[in-house]
Amino acid sequence: MTWLDHRTGIETAIRSFLYEDIPASSGWHQVFGSIAVFLFLVQAFTGALLAFNYAPTPGDAYNSLHYILTEVTGGRLIRGLHHWGASMLIVVVVLHMTQVFLYGAYKKPREATWMAGVVLLLLTMAYGLTGYLLPWDNRAYWGTVVSTQIAARIPLAGPYLSRLLGGGNAVGVVTFARFYGLHVLLLPPATGLLIATHIYLVRKHGVAPAPGDESRPPKKFYPQQAFKDTVAIFAAFMVLFIMAVAVRVPLERLADPTDTTYVPRPDWYFLFLYQTLKLFNGPLEVVGSVILPGLAVLTLLLVPFLDRGPVMRVTRRVAAFGVVALAVLGWTGLTVAAVSSTPQPQNAVTVDSSAPTDWMGLSPQELAGIGYFREEHCASCHTIDAKPGTSSGPGPDLANLRTRKSAAWMIAHFKHPAAMVPGTSMPSILLTDAQLDTLAAFLLELTPRNAKALAGAPDFAVTGAMLYQSSNCGACHKVNGVGMAVGPPLNGLARRHDRTWVAKHFSDPAAVTPGSIMPPYHFSSRQMDDMIAYLFSLPD
Amino acid sequence: MPVTNQGSTANGITRRKFYVSAIYGLWGLMAAMLGVPAAIYLLLPPKLRGTPEWVEAGDISSLEPREPVEMVFRENRVDGWKIFSEKASAWVVKLADSRIVAYGPQCTHLGCAYHWDESRKYFLCPCHLSIFGIDGHVISGPAPRPLDRFETKVVDGKLMLGPLHKSEEKS
Repeated sequence: MTWLDHRTGIETAIRSFLYEDIPASSGWHQVFGSIAVFLFLVQAFTGALLAFNYAPTPGDAYNSLHYILTEVTGGRLIRGLHHWGASMLIVVVVLHMTQVFLYGAYKKPREATWMAGVVLLLLTMAYGLTGYLLPWDNRAYWGTVVSTQIAARIPLAGPYLSRLLGGGNAVGVVTFARFYGLHVLLLPPATGLLIATHIYLVRKHGVAPAPGDESRPPKKFYPQQAFKDTVAIFAAFMVLFIMAVAVRVPLERLADPTDTTYVPRPDWYFLFLYQTLKLFNGPLEVVGSVILPGLAVLTLLLVPFLDRGPVMRVTRRVAAFGVVALAVLGWTGLTVAAVSSTPQPQNAVTVDSSAPTDWMGLSPQELAGIGYFREEHCASCHTIDAKPGTSSGPGPDLANLRTRKSAAWMIAHFKHPAAMVPGTSMPSILLTDAQLDTLAAFLLELTPRNAKALAGAPDFAVTGAMLYQSSNCGACHKVNGVGMAVGPPLNGLARRHDRTWVAKHFSDPAAVTPGSIMPPYHFSSRQMDDMIAYLFSLPD
Repeated sequence: MPVTNQGSTANGITRRKFYVSAIYGLWGLMAAMLGVPAAIYLLLPPKLRGTPEWVEAGDISSLEPREPVEMVFRENRVDGWKIFSEKASAWVVKLADSRIVAYGPQCTHLGCAYHWDESRKYFLCPCHLSIFGIDGHVISGPAPRPLDRFETKVVDGKLMLGPLHKSEEKS
């Protein structure tokens, strides 16, 4: 160690960094800055990992992210960490600012430290804005359409800004490349540099003392305060880790610029801005899009010059608490208003594309077969693509059959198992011929490749498909290329009609579409929900 | 507190020890919680998408014994998040016992494309002059092992190729 220190001075540097004098009043309230730095590093780390498996072009971005989520081991966790880490970073940066604000730690001579911090907050938000586009799903695409439109409407600078963001008229390859470039090439070094400056300034002026500290001897940062920082960082990391594991980050459908039904919405921390924008219409729009946010940023930057009074005990800074309370109220109010006033997209069926969605490509018959497979509890004796060596039930693994049987063989086998396989302990399945046919159709589709994905088909789709089969819809309609072409094909139905229309059409087709020869169907409301959700989840 | 001076020093030392070990412990734990998933993410192969499919290489009815033919066919190759349909080839030989073998088209030395030398009746790799016999074994040159072989089966007179198996290295 001494050898290294003589040559590099690293030990001395670490020592002098850790054994910094801090005021006697320092404690738990000052941990947020450290958490923010830590979270930034987690973002950089997980971001680099994601970049290793990510293709930053609109053509490939979605597929590569889908690959990360469904095929790369641990990919879902890494993406979860990056996604929730971004949200957490915003929260922690704001908490850090709030603490500094409440304690008046921005006062002379620490104005520059504060201002660097404000710029860091803006940078954090810029990450959020640019990163939002990168999954290139519908959410990303439409969210970015809105944000680039806002930028384009800024008086004077708008057109230039719009051109800079690559959005002539539409969000496309150029915008994508610019956002990606900003997100991974420009912002990280800028943030790193500014964090270094920020910390340098903190060191230069020392941690802000509270009144009364002048009469007490200072403490050392290490180990007591370092311990507190570590515990706080650990707690934050635990929350992040648990969220990354437990809370699924959605991946919606691939971005579709022609989807007219999509209701775009920014990420939660931008909702208040989004709502502010709604309060101003027409020529006043610029107030909501530029003037108010601009004033807010300016005020934030100038806080140290607006409040130049002497440092006071935090408990006596009533006005500061008032400002924070107002800000929290305002932010919460706007966010709640934004959430409640945004209509839930009518036609959206929440299909989690971050899991394999092979089931979407099945014909209704094959998909309905999953339902009978579940209803008849086939899984209590048969596994589907179990790992070799794990104990399987009495029946063979259905995804790894040594010989493929025909549907006719299977149906005969379902009816009288012992007649086809002497000595088998499989009971006969009591279903109608049509249902057995459906079950066989599903089993024929099973391969080790799609087994997990098929087994994971959501209930609404399976019950919807079963209803579709039992109502014999395929006699007139086509789904995924299977069925007749008497009526219109049902893929893409969600784009053509909304839920109410479809429900009405089921109960009285001729009333909605004059001349329709479709017979009326009277489904229970539960059945109707499943049926429509299934139809709306069909790939376009 | 001068009265309990000694006690507080002893306390101070144990408390300091506690702080220091907690700092090391927690940072170590966090490093592991980030490092292990990262290593898994980077090092474990992605979940296999698709069992290897049998690819039709070509007609073997016109194959003459001991006359290797380079068969060119299309196969689907999964590369990360993409599936490419691309041209691939294999050297197919009907051996003396009328067994059919298909060799992977790359030299086992450094992966150059080799070819059948009609006049000398051996496979020659032009890069470093590795020479393989018609049964794939190394005759001379730097190649460390015989030619790799595809799993094969014949369906209706068509040769189907399965996965390519690495040949055993000769010691």
